[in-house]
Amino acid sequence: MGASLAGLRAAETLRRRGYDGVLTLIGDERHRPYDRPPLSKQVLHGTWTPEQTFFRQKDGYDPLALDLRLGVRATSLDLRARRVTLADGTWADYDRLIIATGARVRPLPGIAPRPGLLGLRTLDDSLMLRDELERARRVAVVGMGFIGLEVAAACRSRGVDVVAVEALPVPLAPIVGPALGEMLVAMHADHGVDVRTGVTVTDVYGGSRVAGIVLSDGSRVDADVVVVGIGVVPNTEWLEGSGLTLDNGIVCDGSGEAAPDVYAAGDVACMANAWHGGSPRIEHWTNAVEQSVHVVEQMLGAPDRATGFSSVPYFWSDQYDRKVQFIGRARPHDEMLVVDGSIAARRLTALYRHADRVVACLTVNQPRALIKYRKLLASNTSWDVAVADATAT
Amino acid sequence: MKVVVDLSSCDLHGLCVEAAPEVFEIGDDGALRVLNETPSDDLRAKVDKAVRECPTGAISVTE
Repeated sequence: MGASLAGLRAAETLRRRGYDGVLTLIGDERHRPYDRPPLSKQVLHGTWTPEQTFFRQKDGYDPLALDLRLGVRATSLDLRARRVTLADGTWADYDRLIIATGARVRPLPGIAPRPGLLGLRTLDDSLMLRDELERARRVAVVGMGFIGLEVAAACRSRGVDVVAVEALPVPLAPIVGPALGEMLVAMHADHGVDVRTGVTVTDVYGGSRVAGIVLSDGSRVDADVVVVGIGVVPNTEWLEGSGLTLDNGIVCDGSGEAAPDVYAAGDVACMANAWHGGSPRIEHWTNAVEQSVHVVEQMLGAPDRATGFSSVPYFWSDQYDRKVQFIGRARPHDEMLVVDGSIAARRLTALYRHADRVVACLTVNQPRALIKYRKLLASNTSWDVAVADATAT
Repeated sequence: MKVVVDLSSCDLHGLCVEAAPEVFEIGDDGALRVLNETPSDDLRAKVDKAVRECPTGAISVTE
């Protein structure tokens, strides 16, 4: 249930592992499965066509022998009957169910939708925004998370003015720390983005079409387009009352099981993660692949050989000519140390410390360093050893 | 099996290097290198992992 990256990888893994029974892949979007990272990058920049985001060509699904049902949403799950009911009145019965229904854009609370007030999650969103950017002179980006920042970069690359609004005093500080958050702000400011931090959007004006936003400091920002990037909410409404435990996502154990024979993976799943120590809902690309493969392996494997999911979270963001990569998990007050390069150069490797361990690594335009630290993080290397290794020449 | 990498798609995430260090490496020039284009069958699981975890789908395997 869910035909994006996690759902597709689950289907592929089932077939690769020799499952040759009935395999149904259902998704609510009308497009066949496509990749999301390019939606805020190449598609917005206009360098990719929509077709380039599709994981497989149409005939690429033949070898998988799927019952592929696109453009239909799930409306309920009956655990006892082993049945998913769909919005078109049909249903899908299962022996095993993998739920990978992902997430959707969190809307601005209390603000009525209207043309020009956009989110960015789906291919249709991306194409709409891309088309709007051809005409827009000024865009307001609400939320300076990685989606907001990539949208801002795309706008600037197209010569469109941007005002970027963020509620936190320093964008992304809870994820990358204040120093690197400030670096990202400075980079965008240098590219001409008008950054407003420490303010929220209290209203959107423009009746038949968006005309601007009102901020909590009283200022008004005229804009032809407003892009809202304040996060996503997991698609679990259809599961309310089903008996599954829902808590900002589907809660599942280390094998990905949410209920007997029902598994969850990807952006919708709060899966127990041994490395992380909790059951975080992780919204990253590699997590969708790792979790979907994991649940299939658990599903097909012998029960006495069950293994718990353990993975170091990884994400990346491309903004202007910089590739930011991040692996691990940093808590807001963890110490951050730049071990190579510099913030001023915007080319660096930074490590994060929690207690006596290195818990995260951020790189800007230093991909080789990230590969090294991915290994060190996975093996829970001590801070002292990691720093000594970094500073040894 | 034959491993093929579309270097123009490679974004240097390095997940392939982690999955199959016997097959993939980032060279001193900063570019991805396939160390062994025809790895032995015992490396199949690792190569499959590299293929599915590559964020840009740059790796393909033919028989």
